[in-house]
Amino acid sequence: MPEESAPVISRTIDARGSFCPGPLMELIRNIREAQPGDVIAVLSADAGSRTDIPRWVEKAGHRMVGVFPRDGYDEIVVETLH
Amino acid sequence: MQRIIILGGGVGGTLVANLLARKLHAEIDRGRVAVTVVDATGDHVYQPGFMYIAMGAEREQSLRRAERGLLDRRVELVVGDIVRIDESRRAVELGEGTRLIYDYLVVATGSRILPEAIAHFNEEAHHFYTPDAARRLRRALDAFTGGRIVIGIAGMPYKCPPAPLEVAFLIDSELRDRHLRDRTEMHFCSPIGRVFTIESVSEMATPVFVEKGIEVHTFFNVDEIDPEQKLVRSLEGEELPYDLLILVPPHKGAQCVIDSGLAPSSGWLPTDRETLQVKTAPDAPDGTKAPRFPNVYALGDATDLPLSKAGSTAHFEAPVVAERIAAQVRGVEPEATAGTYTGKVMCFFEIGGGKATVLQFDYNHPPRPPKPNRFWHLGKIVFNKTYWHTVPKGRV
Ligand SMILES: Cc1cc2nc3c(=O)[nH]c(=O)nc-3n(C[C@H](O)[C@H](O)[C@H](O)COP(=O)(O)OP(=O)(O)OC[C@H]3O[C@@H](n4cnc5c(N)ncnc54)[C@H](O)[C@@H]3O)c2cc1C
Repeated sequence: MPEESAPVISRTIDARGSFCPGPLMELIRNIREAQPGDVIAVLSADAGSRTDIPRWVEKAGHRMVGVFPRDGYDEIVVETLH
Repeated sequence: MQRIIILGGGVGGTLVANLLARKLHAEIDRGRVAVTVVDATGDHVYQPGFMYIAMGAEREQSLRRAERGLLDRRVELVVGDIVRIDESRRAVELGEGTRLIYDYLVVATGSRILPEAIAHFNEEAHHFYTPDAARRLRRALDAFTGGRIVIGIAGMPYKCPPAPLEVAFLIDSELRDRHLRDRTEMHFCSPIGRVFTIESVSEMATPVFVEKGIEVHTFFNVDEIDPEQKLVRSLEGEELPYDLLILVPPHKGAQCVIDSGLAPSSGWLPTDRETLQVKTAPDAPDGTKAPRFPNVYALGDATDLPLSKAGSTAHFEAPVVAERIAAQVRGVEPEATAGTYTGKVMCFFEIGGGKATVLQFDYNHPPRPPKPNRFWHLGKIVFNKTYWHTVPKGRV
């Protein structure tokens, strides 16, 4: 997906110092407080997040906007649906 | 006089104090160095035994001893509530207004549980993270005659990662012995996408759940407990009815380190993974390291290191802290190997039926648990029984 069309990010969680399952747990903590429609970006340097977070997002019924490789980490963007 | 203050007289604090007393005995005897432990109660508690209270194999009295008796006679013990650490003034404030000044500080204040963070947790859910809760769970198991048991984890990280899995396996064994297993449905809920954080351990444990007929629910993050309908709901939208609910409560680091501005609201102290020095801030996203406090160390449950919150972690970290502080006191460089923590941890893991395995790992080597057997189960029992004479005194 071209990044220009990505929705506006409401909150960025920098979980780059944290290892599995830290980034997922940080995302879950933030989603508990988020409103439907909020778009949350998680920055993670842990390769496990690339698969763990999309699997969780699917199970929890939110929307994966995308996993964007950055310099030495990934930006994983999720839209809260409920 | 150089003053070393150790906050917390649990596994990590007691061991660091005793190792320092051994390394610096000559300096302490000449009055050049003082080592002080501050602890809330003056009692040392062997927490792994709580799980065995719940399993009917341990009594609280055997798990508590006077801290004074475990400490080297050269170590001073102050009993009091730590309220704040003022790093700029190198002072620790205690509840009654006492101030202790330090040159070196070791934070070993462990973790605490917050069951009240989830509504109805205290009335509806059982756990085994305090002796009282463990006894209450024991009574509930004694009264149990069949039904649905739900075991889950209501917050990560928590103390002793294998514990909820062990409890599931041990309850399964007990119910088989009591001929109640065929009248019982067992469910295990994990907040992440597998049964255990470390992949290799998850691979070992998943077939054990299958073999024992315990249904696994992954990505189950406890959202609410409904006491009327007796069901637990996950953030992911799953609902599980229960007759007996057992949940690991949410954990945080000590309030005093949050109040001192040394840790974020989680309470876990940002800690250097090798030197165990407390960081003045988290490291920058590009990998640039934040400055470390040269004279403040953390170990055990108190740190934010991506390792098990286990007594074993504190046990292997303590010699590193002691080596570094002793070297600083003497104005020399710490010995490279002894002064570097490699992430070493070793934990026993009960799988029921009198069998256990062992998890040994470090930052670079994930655990490769051997096939569960009776030997490691006995190993855990012997370790628990001999703890008082070995770990706090630095004999193993
Ligand atoms: C049920 C259960 C089973 C476990 N099983 C195992 C196991 O099999 N293997 C294993 O390795 N680990 C196990 N653990 C974990 C282990 O007990 C802890 O990880 C270990 O005790 C951590 O050591 P610590 O020194 O960091 O903290 P602790 O041992 O918890 O000590 C912290 C000390 O700090 C004191 N303190 C805290 N705040 C203050 C304050 N404000 N003022 C004064 N004093 C304060 C406390 O009173 C306490 O004495 C288990 C724990 C539980 C609960």
